Amino acid sequence: MSVKHALLALLSWKPSTMYQLRKAFDASTGETWPLNIGQVSTTLQRLERDGLVEQELAEAGEPEPWKLTAGGRAEVDAWWQSPVPRETPGRDELVIKLALAVTVPGVDVAALVQRQRSATLQVLHDITKARRGVEQADIAVRLVLDNHIFTTEAELRWLDDVEETLVRAQATATAGTTAPVQADRQGPTPAKTAKARSRR
Amino acid sequence: MNAANSPVLEIRNASRVHGQGERAVQALADANLRINAGEFVAIMGPSGSGKSTLLHLAGGLDIPTCGQVLVEGTDLASLSIARRAVIRRQSVGYVFQDFNLLPALTAAENVAFPLELDGWQRKKARQAALASLEETGVAMLADRRPEDMSGGQAQRVAIARALVGPRRLLLADEPTGALDSATGTAILRLLREKADNGAAVLMVTHEARYAAWTDRTLFLRDGRIIDQSGPSDASELLAQGTA
Repeated sequence: MSVKHALLALLSWKPSTMYQLRKAFDASTGETWPLNIGQVSTTLQRLERDGLVEQELAEAGEPEPWKLTAGGRAEVDAWWQSPVPRETPGRDELVIKLALAVTVPGVDVAALVQRQRSATLQVLHDITKARRGVEQADIAVRLVLDNHIFTTEAELRWLDDVEETLVRAQATATAGTTAPVQADRQGPTPAKTAKARSRR
Repeated sequence: MNAANSPVLEIRNASRVHGQGERAVQALADANLRINAGEFVAIMGPSGSGKSTLLHLAGGLDIPTCGQVLVEGTDLASLSIARRAVIRRQSVGYVFQDFNLLPALTAAENVAFPLELDGWQRKKARQAALASLEETGVAMLADRRPEDMSGGQAQRVAIARALVGPRRLLLADEPTGALDSATGTAILRLLREKADNGAAVLMVTHEARYAAWTDRTLFLRDGRIIDQSGPSDASELLAQGTA
């Protein structure tokens, strides 16, 4: 996540002090990516070094607001204009864990999938609970939490798909055409059923 | 309304076997479940895992081969078929994927219908129906027939019918299955409100995003409750940036 561009975007709205910037960032993201004041300070110093922000003259005793330079405004305009690149899939621990689980003999993959499903659903419960408490008008926080809901739900659907793949592999193995895979589940997965329904 | 910790539904060591001998199929095995007033519980699991069997037992549509199912303290298996039907009408409300409203009746008539079957005077039943429609946010549909309602409206009427009168146990079988995502979320918000106001709600769903509205989600596989999940006590999870 680009703290640099987030701060530039907030400064394009209005000049702000370091503390105002942190508060505005937390408010607009539902405090899902809390920034510490040190991160804000360090980022502002780099932006100043690069000629993208500057400090306004301060009145006596008041904290000094930061504002964009012309270069900073051009930078934030360019940011709005360009799509965010999709990152190359990283070394997601869950993906690697499951890949290893189906490789290493003796691992109860079905139980592993279920434990993960239960834990991920608990996260979904928590996010949904938090989302229910968000005011209708608080669109920024709503869309951030909705993003968490979609990504968590995607993981659950993927786990359903993993189970289905294991069941198919098990069936094929039972028929004697491939190596055995540990799985004991039957029937179509919830996600597949739901997807099929949504297509109708 | 009972205290929040009073069980509206209790399933104790319930099993259900269909058929006999070599043809016997264990649809549900040694299930235990307790739902208090004000609790909202989801059941998830693959097809054939026993979800519908559990829901049918909970509502007295079927009885366990062994074990007990108690609705507001009454063991359904101990009752005659006729008496069980009365308990079903008086204590249990159902919500289905396809709403199951009677097409020839208006919303108010649909909601009043179970009360009239139970011997309520028509006027009193209508008053209770209108109150239930009001609580469910669809009072304006009272004189409309199902064919003149959207899916979301019809499901709201079905929920009003499920909880009309003294009924406090709501059993919902894929209540969002025929609805788009936004309407489905609105229905879950309504079911959540009903639970928060004292109803006990048991819902079968395939959708994790809807299960996440409940207090607990049970996972069924091969007729057994294998796991459950719910919100953690610390919803500060989000504030910690770990979500």
